[in-house]
Amino acid sequence: MSVGADPGRGSRILGDLRGSGQGSVWIALASTVVFAAIVVAVVVTSPGWPAVKRAFFNREIFVDSFPEIARAFLLNIRIFLIAEAVILVFALLIAVLRGLPGPIFFPIRALAVIYTDLFRGIPTILVIYILGFGAPALQLSWLERFTPLFWGIVSLVLVYSAYVAEVYRAGIDSVHQSQEAAARSLGLSRPQTLRFVIIPQAVRRVIPPLLNDFIGLQKDTALVALIGPIEAFRQSQIDVAATFNYTPYLCTALLFVLLTIPMARLTDWLIARDRRRQLAGAA
Amino acid sequence: MRNEALRLERVRKSFGKNEVLKGIDLGLAEHEVVCLIGASGSGKSTLLRCVNLLEPIDEGTIVLLGEEITAQGVKVNEVRRRIGIVFQSYNLFPHMSVLRNVTLAPRRVLGLSREVAEAEATALLGRFGLAERRDEYPDRLSGGQQQRVAIVRALAMRPELMLLDEVTSALDPELVAEVLNVIRELAEGGMTMLIATHEMSFARDIASRVCFLDAGRILEQGPPGEIFSDPKEPRTQQFLERIIEAGRL
Repeated sequence: MSVGADPGRGSRILGDLRGSGQGSVWIALASTVVFAAIVVAVVVTSPGWPAVKRAFFNREIFVDSFPEIARAFLLNIRIFLIAEAVILVFALLIAVLRGLPGPIFFPIRALAVIYTDLFRGIPTILVIYILGFGAPALQLSWLERFTPLFWGIVSLVLVYSAYVAEVYRAGIDSVHQSQEAAARSLGLSRPQTLRFVIIPQAVRRVIPPLLNDFIGLQKDTALVALIGPIEAFRQSQIDVAATFNYTPYLCTALLFVLLTIPMARLTDWLIARDRRRQLAGAA
Repeated sequence: MRNEALRLERVRKSFGKNEVLKGIDLGLAEHEVVCLIGASGSGKSTLLRCVNLLEPIDEGTIVLLGEEITAQGVKVNEVRRRIGIVFQSYNLFPHMSVLRNVTLAPRRVLGLSREVAEAEATALLGRFGLAERRDEYPDRLSGGQQQRVAIVRALAMRPELMLLDEVTSALDPELVAEVLNVIRELAEGGMTMLIATHEMSFARDIASRVCFLDAGRILEQGPPGEIFSDPKEPRTQQFLERIIEAGRL
């Protein structure tokens, strides 16, 4: 977990930076510089540093491989944009099905439980292998038009929807029963109550943990490479094989970080905003 | 003889082993205002929730304007839209503006167009001094304003019967009057109401009949003058003495 995952501490540090005047800013700056200097010193003076520097921090190779990897990275972006859109809808469906009342819907509820248990349990990499190699091996003609990329996205959707469905469910459970009573007492049906009253409140509450899951998803788009599609990680592997140098990996890592940082900061900001609202509501 | 708006016969309700309603018989004529009084836990809220079918009853029948609503196959949503209920804790929808709170059910349940629903809601809000709060969100309103919006929200469904469940109990004392005045206005307008309340002077003032609930039974009922000044049952006397001691009557 990053420091930012602890909203209390994160916002307090920022609060001190802003609130307590010039003195604390300089103290924070000085301690950061000293800390960074120590880390750099330890790494640079290590016996293996010259070799590591050559293997991972080669400027020429970085400049050479960057455009190609960045282009391949567009595929990662496409994968997670498609997957996220599908997950948002599919996971909500699972969460709603799992909440259906009454004995009639027991089989559907059971199915939803089995699904979430199964796909939270199996490692993502195995799901990708099983679907990516297994589905085409069935030799069904109507399955043949689907590419490995398609199966990769399906795998990510299946795995992450299981997590996101649980997040949604927690959100739905967190909306107080009196809200349902109020809606039903006005004559709204149960589906209408879910649609207009429960789900809008639930979704608002779970946006931060939801984005957190999506940060994980963005990284896992690299796993799709294992069944063929050339995304950033696979491209960097190709470049590494061509140059006998690991700098392309660093390049890929940098791209992933650049992508997830805005998402992480957005999540922090939303959490902090919710805290402020709750405090304002309690006052 | 006025028509009967609501009749309960031998209504029983248990939560697990705890029997909360032990055979309630109660009738309300149209335009009548009946107040339920009694200690906390005597079954007042459960009784109201049963009438609105929010809680299924175990035994007995409930008849709304000649139609048995506890019969098999009755469409609960149809029944609920004819009965308005207001809760102690307001239960407004926090993610909607006042206007959307009020128009949600008329639009989705009655199928009114947005224009018609909003025009009606605006008129109702205006009638109860809430016109300027139309576009605010509930958390920006005082408790008294929120409760008045909750009443308007129920009224927007043009109910034939209103159930009020201790609607002033969660309010600061200085906000109670504004809500009671709204209820008084409804009574004057002829609304049939069944009201669970701790506000004895209000009950004495507004009710055509007062029912004293004790441990799941209606122990005593009659005109407020009778119940409050000359209660027959020892339990009613005890209850009212405690209320007077607390300075609430």
